[in-house]
Amino acid sequence: MFSDETLNQAHQGMEKWLEEVKKSSNDFQEGRRFSTVSDLDIKGIYTPEDIKDLDFDTRIGYPGSYPFTRGCQPTGYRGRVWTFRMFSGFGSAEDTNKRWHQLLKEGETGLSTAFDFPTLMGYDTDSPKARAECGKCGVAIDTLADFEVLTDKIPLDKVTTSMTINPPASVMWAMYLAVADKQGVSWDKVGGTIQNDMLKEFIAQKTFMCPPEPSIRLISDTIEFGTKYVPKWNTISISGYHIREAGSTAVQELAFTLADGIAYVQDVIDRKKLNVDAFASRLSFFFDSHIDFFEEIAKFRAARRMWAKIMRYRFKAKNPRSWWMRFHTQTAGCSLTAQQPFNNVIRTTTQALAAVLGGTQSLHTNSLDEVLALPSDFAVNIALRTQQIIAEETGVINTIDPLAGSYFVEALTNQIEEKAWEYIEKIDEMGGMLAAIDRGFPQTEIANAAYHFQQQIDSKQKVVVGVNKYVAGEAPIETLKIDEKLEAEQINRLREVKRVRDNRKVAQTLNELRLACQSDKNVMPYVVEATKQYATEQEICDVYREVFGEYRDPGFY
Amino acid sequence: MNMDIISKILEGNVRAAARLMRGIEDGAPNAVEGLNSIYPHTGRAYIVGVTGAPGVGKSTLVDTLITAFRQENMTVGVVAIDPTSPFTGGAILGDRIRMQKHSTDQGVFIRSLAARGWTGGLSKAAISMIHVMDAMSKDIIFVETVGTGQAEIDITQVADTSIVILTPGMGDAIQMMKAGILEAADIFVINKADRDGANNLKMELQVMLEMKANLPGGWKPDIVLTEAIYDKGTGELVEEIFRHRQFLISSGGLEARRKQRAKLELIEAIESSIKSYIDAGIDKDYLEKLIDDLVQRKTNPHSAALKIINQSIKRVKPLLHNYI
Amino acid sequence: MMYIEKFLESIGTPAFIKRVLTEVRRRMNSETKLRVLIAKPGLDGHDRGVKVVARGYRDAGFEVIYTGLHQTPEQIVNTAIQEDVDLVGLSCLSGAHTYLFTEVVKQLREKGADDITVIGGGIIPEEDIPKLKQAGIKAIFLPGTPLDEIIKWTLGNVKPLHRLRASGK
Repeated sequence: MFSDETLNQAHQGMEKWLEEVKKSSNDFQEGRRFSTVSDLDIKGIYTPEDIKDLDFDTRIGYPGSYPFTRGCQPTGYRGRVWTFRMFSGFGSAEDTNKRWHQLLKEGETGLSTAFDFPTLMGYDTDSPKARAECGKCGVAIDTLADFEVLTDKIPLDKVTTSMTINPPASVMWAMYLAVADKQGVSWDKVGGTIQNDMLKEFIAQKTFMCPPEPSIRLISDTIEFGTKYVPKWNTISISGYHIREAGSTAVQELAFTLADGIAYVQDVIDRKKLNVDAFASRLSFFFDSHIDFFEEIAKFRAARRMWAKIMRYRFKAKNPRSWWMRFHTQTAGCSLTAQQPFNNVIRTTTQALAAVLGGTQSLHTNSLDEVLALPSDFAVNIALRTQQIIAEETGVINTIDPLAGSYFVEALTNQIEEKAWEYIEKIDEMGGMLAAIDRGFPQTEIANAAYHFQQQIDSKQKVVVGVNKYVAGEAPIETLKIDEKLEAEQINRLREVKRVRDNRKVAQTLNELRLACQSDKNVMPYVVEATKQYATEQEICDVYREVFGEYRDPGFY
Repeated sequence: MNMDIISKILEGNVRAAARLMRGIEDGAPNAVEGLNSIYPHTGRAYIVGVTGAPGVGKSTLVDTLITAFRQENMTVGVVAIDPTSPFTGGAILGDRIRMQKHSTDQGVFIRSLAARGWTGGLSKAAISMIHVMDAMSKDIIFVETVGTGQAEIDITQVADTSIVILTPGMGDAIQMMKAGILEAADIFVINKADRDGANNLKMELQVMLEMKANLPGGWKPDIVLTEAIYDKGTGELVEEIFRHRQFLISSGGLEARRKQRAKLELIEAIESSIKSYIDAGIDKDYLEKLIDDLVQRKTNPHSAALKIINQSIKRVKPLLHNYI
Repeated sequence: MMYIEKFLESIGTPAFIKRVLTEVRRRMNSETKLRVLIAKPGLDGHDRGVKVVARGYRDAGFEVIYTGLHQTPEQIVNTAIQEDVDLVGLSCLSGAHTYLFTEVVKQLREKGADDITVIGGGIIPEEDIPKLKQAGIKAIFLPGTPLDEIIKWTLGNVKPLHRLRASGK
């Protein structure tokens, strides 16, 4: 990218700078290590020499063109600002619907659903396993009746909704589509995302139900169904967020996510015999935005470049849309502290900024009280305003991919990409992600990285303000509380639905679903039918459990 | 030891048994008494050793075996051994994670054990725990050991049936052969048999087994293919275990093994008693002096040892009855 | 244990391990190990913390039994008794801690095993802590707690139970 003369000058400049450093009274090298939060060493200065082999056209290029390092859309945020999509949900469907309307009023531009643990795991509120968990970390959804309340007065043809749901993704999506029918909105107008990424469950988030093989079959069913009937829907959000939150490094987050993506694409091709271009453009991704500012920006840029290469050359997709990596980002929950919670506003702000400078398509910003409870109204408002201020006031959206060409950022992007490829190759050698998960490879890497990080914090090699440095006494803040009465109320609602519905029809649809599961028919139409008859989420999931078996935590540590 | 505790153990009381096991493991003085009291009530349980390299699926396989034997109405004990960190002396014992569905079954007792530097795969404590479970009337006891290859010989001396688990693609067949495991194992299991290379591994193993010298009328180990995580092959494995047991009973092999085991235990007890007797009498200052002498080459290790042993015996003889 | 410390130094082990090892050496003879059960009750699948704490205990010379995810209080209690642990550490980030933690303590008591210390961690609002302590949870460790604080507390407050029993306590 640079002429020999430029490089020579840069080299000489470096030598001179090093001399100045040695002479300087500010000891640059107090024995302190300058590294990212993921432990990548960062140099004091970057020059043209650091990216001398980088070819501008093929490696950086332009937004909207391969390899999309600078973004998928040629117009960037000037064409369309990222979606302000706040992950939210708690208590009853009514509580959450209220919060959703509030957020929409305050200017969020997309919805995102947080479900409670029983719902995430495919249990109804009255299951003994669900005891004490109802509504505590998300909304409780047992049947379509709850879902109708959740989406009350939300026009599904005007708003897109993301749902963080994995084993029961088909069920929640079916409920969403059933509501669309009730609203008279045709499915080709309905937009949104289901997370539906089981591989990362086995690796990190651990809301799993059935073993890996049948889980992937269900995912391929949903992807196929989407390509046919719900073309605007992102039927999977291949996630790195949870991998990072479980303690991985940035490189691991990137590599494992892409490896998961590779496994999914391969499966749809193999199992459904679909051409890759038929479904690739509806795959979406989800990343973490952690506290090391530049590491994250480099990671996002590397991600786009790598996925484009994978889709174009490994999977031989022809349509440029298939090479796009569109992703949602959430600022890092695990970087927030319970101590001095107002500090979290600053953390979330820099993380949001990194995501924006990294070109995210949509963004959730964490609330300051995230470590203590679910977001209060006060806290969630600040989080939303954070995005709005970045978009409207800071000017960072004025130009696309402003950091391109920075010696540092481009060098770091290259470095992260290189290291991520190493992991992907290793996983390929193991036989792919499924095989790697089976032997516990990503799980153990993550657990090791998490422990390493904790040791660095405990020994103060890495600082967490308010926790191991600048510690202060503090007054507690008001947090959101979930009413303990909720569980009983929800159980009553559930009982009422079961009483009023046509139980014969429910049994019939469940039986048909069972048969579909046992064959290789696509299960989605049967799930939709069952939800319309007000079959409960657990009743449907129990069919999955019955046919496909249950997965138990192998406990890799 | 409290006779009340002993009778509780014989009745199958989990808490009492667990406490005795803990005492044994940490060398509590009254634990040996407890062990002595229950010993007469041992010798009935059938002991199955399960061994293999890390990652082959030992715990998952034992989990399926527990289910199978519970269905046969037999009570089950499991001693699951994991390595101790050589740097810190601590351990994470994770075998029982895969067996946790049995944790509420009163007919199953799972006990996790850290190897504590016993590279022999089985520590004295492990053997004692087997005795306690035996005294609790557990019908079958699985002993899952640290799969370090070479050391797995030990478990075959303690178990009635020894199962060795291999998986395709892990290159262990050759290693196992080198370690002499071929002679020692009674049943071979190829787990994760759905993986590529399962059939090749089976053939390799069959060839090696055929090359091995076989006594006429001797036991010919079979190879069972399993996919423990899908509970496939468990039935065949259970049948093999029963078949081996039957063979041992009718050939007199069971008697022979138990006699061998008793011999090993006795010899071990003699050796450790002698050692603790001698250790008790060692004069630390004299020991330090001998070490200095050695450094200055005024003496040699064996002569020094004899000196201090002699001195120790003299010191301890009057108190002999306290140590043995 | 001196050479272990020198070895650790040479491989660059963080200071906290050395501090803890000194404590461990001071308080325990090498045969007695504290046994800790680390458990995840309920549906909560966040296991980053428990795995870090398990390693921390291991590196401090403890023997740690980890149950894996999705345990019922009954499973945890049965496991604690079978393994004769000195300490049970519970982790819950889903908000269901009040019921789950108190249920574990209750069942331990019912089975005559309430000499086992129970501690907890996770996402637990400060205002729930008094209730939990009243129910019998001896300590709650909130997010941001350094590992050696947990281990120091354990060394100071948990004794190997069989030693206590042997001495008639």
